[in-house]
Amino acid sequence: MSAPAAFTDDSAGGTLRFTGSLSLANLGDLPERLAAYDGQVEHIDLTGIERLDTVGAWTIHRLAQRTGADIKGLNPDAQHLFDQVQAADQPVSIRGQHVPAFYRVLGEIGEATIQTFKTMVGLLGFLGATTLAFGAIFKSIFVPPRRFRFNATVQRFEVVGVSALGIIGLMSFLIGIVIAQQGAVQLRQFGAEVYTINLVGRLSMRELGVLMTAIMVAGRSGSSFAAQIGTMKLTEEIDAMRTIGVSPMEALVVPRVLAAILMMPLLGFYSALISIIGGGLLCWATLGIPPVTYVQRIREVVPISDVYVGLIKAPVFGAIIAIAGCFQGMMVEADAEQVGLRTTAAVVQGIFLVIVLDAFFAVFFSSVGWI
Amino acid sequence: MAEDDIVIRVRGLKNSFGEQVVHEGLDLDVRRGEILGVVGGSGTGKSVLMRSIIGLQVPDEGEITVFGEPTIDLEENQATEIRKRWGVLFQGGALFSTLTVAENVEVPIKEFYPDLDPTLLDEIASYKVVMTGLPADAGPKYPAELSGGMRKRAGLARALALDPELLFLDEPTAGLDPIGAAGFDELTLSLQRTMGLTVFLITHDLDSLYAICDRVAVLADKKVIAVGTIDELIALDHPWIEEYFKGPRGRAAVATQEAGTGKAGAD
Repeated sequence: MSAPAAFTDDSAGGTLRFTGSLSLANLGDLPERLAAYDGQVEHIDLTGIERLDTVGAWTIHRLAQRTGADIKGLNPDAQHLFDQVQAADQPVSIRGQHVPAFYRVLGEIGEATIQTFKTMVGLLGFLGATTLAFGAIFKSIFVPPRRFRFNATVQRFEVVGVSALGIIGLMSFLIGIVIAQQGAVQLRQFGAEVYTINLVGRLSMRELGVLMTAIMVAGRSGSSFAAQIGTMKLTEEIDAMRTIGVSPMEALVVPRVLAAILMMPLLGFYSALISIIGGGLLCWATLGIPPVTYVQRIREVVPISDVYVGLIKAPVFGAIIAIAGCFQGMMVEADAEQVGLRTTAAVVQGIFLVIVLDAFFAVFFSSVGWI
Repeated sequence: MAEDDIVIRVRGLKNSFGEQVVHEGLDLDVRRGEILGVVGGSGTGKSVLMRSIIGLQVPDEGEITVFGEPTIDLEENQATEIRKRWGVLFQGGALFSTLTVAENVEVPIKEFYPDLDPTLLDEIASYKVVMTGLPADAGPKYPAELSGGMRKRAGLARALALDPELLFLDEPTAGLDPIGAAGFDELTLSLQRTMGLTVFLITHDLDSLYAICDRVAVLADKKVIAVGTIDELIALDHPWIEEYFKGPRGRAAVATQEAGTGKAGAD
């Protein structure tokens, strides 16, 4: 074990003699003691030191600079080290420039606003590009060579649709139970428990089936689209595609958007059915309504227009989610951190747009008389 | 050779991933103060060897001692004592992306010496940044704003933050332009001379091997098949080594080296 760094002063000659190991590990409080030392220093004697590392050399360099003392007793190796450290003495700032909080907040609000507008314009542009890609593929059906990627699309069906069946089923089942249970508790106060069936049936078919499915698909597939395409962007796969002459819009975006458009109505309808089953089980268990009566009541109280409402909304939601996901993926640039940020943005944007559109749909369908 | 002079000693190392055995019965000694180049074809486990030595990969069998202390199954506080004495430069630099370059250099110092005076800490970070050849204005930049070469230098600055005795470099010159790579070699050499470092250098760069390595270890057939100076290795007559050093690239590196020393001699 090396001895800790220390110094003694020879006040007559103005010489500071250092002993021990002048290294980061053994420095201890030497810098503080040196800073506190206010005697006259003309010479620094390093003959007695055991070891010198850059931190030790730096400390001595600073001391020499402050006091104007000369340094002696360095062996050639230590002298070399000392010269290197001396040469590296340049002002370097550690952190970026500090901006006052007030300006920073203002700046961030401004940047966020600009960013939001840019994203909106970009998303609109991407919607257009996707439409054009769909158009080009549709045209190629009549004018060969056909450019539709059947395998890629079917593969997406599996990822977006089939693999989601389990989790969406479980979620819908539980939601059905919750609606029925909460509805029954409230309606019981008016002696109208039997209307629980109306509540479960209409809510599931018209709103919740599709909406909850959309949220789940945004979380599962929207995010994975963004992450996949973002990673491909980083690894330059997308650029490689372009140079080979493959349009990334046609090869990556169209299959994903198409899969989401086609799978969403199926998943939404499935979700509504499972939710009605969940509600039915609860009605049977707590309200004593037998399944046969439940199904019969459902057929009486849920108009076919509710099914249409759900089925019309679903593909639009699917398109929105997939386009938001692919768009965010395509926006990834520079580094891997962006993939994470963009994936989050894809989910948030997807769900937000779905809920906004759902509000429009609600007003629209009510005003056309599908109440 | 005295026991003291072996910084890293690896004996009977075995590493495998599932069915695939990467190392088996691998022995290696790294001497104090040398720059040891580690070469081998792709997939021969050069990086895995480094990860085993620094404790990121627990080997299936074998012994590894660093500074005379076994590193496998160490207690956390013993491991800390050893980690203080080495620095590692990962292939991509592995800088913390949320911190500036200078803050990156401060991380290990703060971690191991939390009581250090903040002004001195900033000063240390500053001269380390400059010492590794970065411009002074690189200090407050974030890793994403740096080029690949600068990122490697910043990574080196962080690896050198604690004035380590032992430095691990994983392909430091890969992806650098020849001028940057030569600069990095020079820097490694000068730091090694200045600070008395032992360097464990994984590389594919023949120029680096010729320019700065004291000895070269060749990894093949799951073990170190030979260690020595390049001349000694070539004298061994092993087909892979022959091909490696005497292939077109190897010959070019020799030519460069001879031209370099010739010019230095003329000066």
